[in-house]
Amino acid sequence: MARTREQLAERAAKELQDGFYVNLGIGIPTLVANYIPEGMTVTLQSENGLLGMGPFPYDNEVDADLINAGKQTITEIPESAYFSSADSFAMIRGGHINLSILGAMEVAENGDIANWMIPGKLVKGMGGAMDLVAGVKRVVVVMDHANKHGQSKVLKRCTLPLTGTGVVSRIITDLCVFDVKPDGAGLELIELAEGVALDEVAARTEAGYTVKPGVG
Amino acid sequence: MRKIFPDAKSALEGLTFDGMTVMSGGFGLCGIPEHLIAALRDSGVKGLTVISNNAGVDDFGLGQLLGTRQIAKMISSYVGENKEFERQYLAGELQLEFNPQGTLAERIRAGGAGIPAFFTATGVGTLVAEGKEVREFDSRQYVMETGLVADLSIVKAWKADERGNLVFRKTARNFNPMMATAGKTTVVEVEQIVPTGSLDPDAIHTPGIYVDRIVQTVPEKRIEQRTVRQRETA
Repeated sequence: MARTREQLAERAAKELQDGFYVNLGIGIPTLVANYIPEGMTVTLQSENGLLGMGPFPYDNEVDADLINAGKQTITEIPESAYFSSADSFAMIRGGHINLSILGAMEVAENGDIANWMIPGKLVKGMGGAMDLVAGVKRVVVVMDHANKHGQSKVLKRCTLPLTGTGVVSRIITDLCVFDVKPDGAGLELIELAEGVALDEVAARTEAGYTVKPGVG
Repeated sequence: MRKIFPDAKSALEGLTFDGMTVMSGGFGLCGIPEHLIAALRDSGVKGLTVISNNAGVDDFGLGQLLGTRQIAKMISSYVGENKEFERQYLAGELQLEFNPQGTLAERIRAGGAGIPAFFTATGVGTLVAEGKEVREFDSRQYVMETGLVADLSIVKAWKADERGNLVFRKTARNFNPMMATAGKTTVVEVEQIVPTGSLDPDAIHTPGIYVDRIVQTVPEKRIEQRTVRQRETA
């Protein structure tokens, strides 16, 4: 059984550690905020200029001056701090954010990621994605294993224009979890989703990978 | 010298010319200089290069200047919310330069700070780095990006005093402080003008040296994605 969106977010939340400063991308990564373990202090950064992001507001709390990077209305919390976009990306580029959890269109064995552009289609822009993958200490991708045509999104080499090269540390899909080994040493399958067999992953993955002993 | 102007139109008087470069603050529709954008549209100025993180929506923010074909080129990081933008770009009527958001912010900061170029790891090995100098520092590759300046910066702040010291509010700050530094002339739209001396000097975000003109307006503050949670019922 492949993981649902919520289950993907729940699995991705296991990447969080106490004291972490974290930037969550748009889509499934945003849902990770719902699974921060009780008692763990995790501070969410929003690249439009907020550290310490609270939940969505109640109807009477909505403030047009307070949004996240997905342009959704949000709230502040007691620890919140506001700053400019230059300061925000100094945090990101300067390596001060512990973890970025992002979606992707393609990820390759060497840690390359493509998540901003499909040639021939209208390009909306990369926003902060290139800065995040280049600057954040650890980049974890959360995505479906296959695209809507059923093709593997975990590839030997990315085919789409890149967002960053050699930057992804871990890939969490609806089928399994891969670690990207350092220095181009390839992928290692470290975990299967419940009810998913090794041969299903093999059949649906274009990239090469090794299997961690004891998995499957 | 009085920096306060009675309305957005007079605040832009004598500052606009065809083919000029304008920086416009905001992230999405948050913290945009609404009335100054409308006044720029009404000025009829054409062939603009606009530097702004986003391009507004069809009928609000910078979208209004696209509708009238006053923009020739945009330098932005993300323009996904604007259908007219899409149409003009696909028809070849509009030039577009995408910058990674952090690179855009830093280019503006650098421009305002008199730094002509800097190196960043963002975009190395991607389309963004094509045709640019790449240099290695401490075994890592970095791409050279240049500073940006503008003929005019239009900025949104929350409060100004009469000397142009600025305070921004919440995430409406975003690109506004850097843009205030990078315009040859900077015009600021604020919700409140307060007497000089009434702002805590320690709490001023942008010192008045960067601000040439100020106008007080009542902004609409449109919300793009109104997202709320439900109260739990007992």
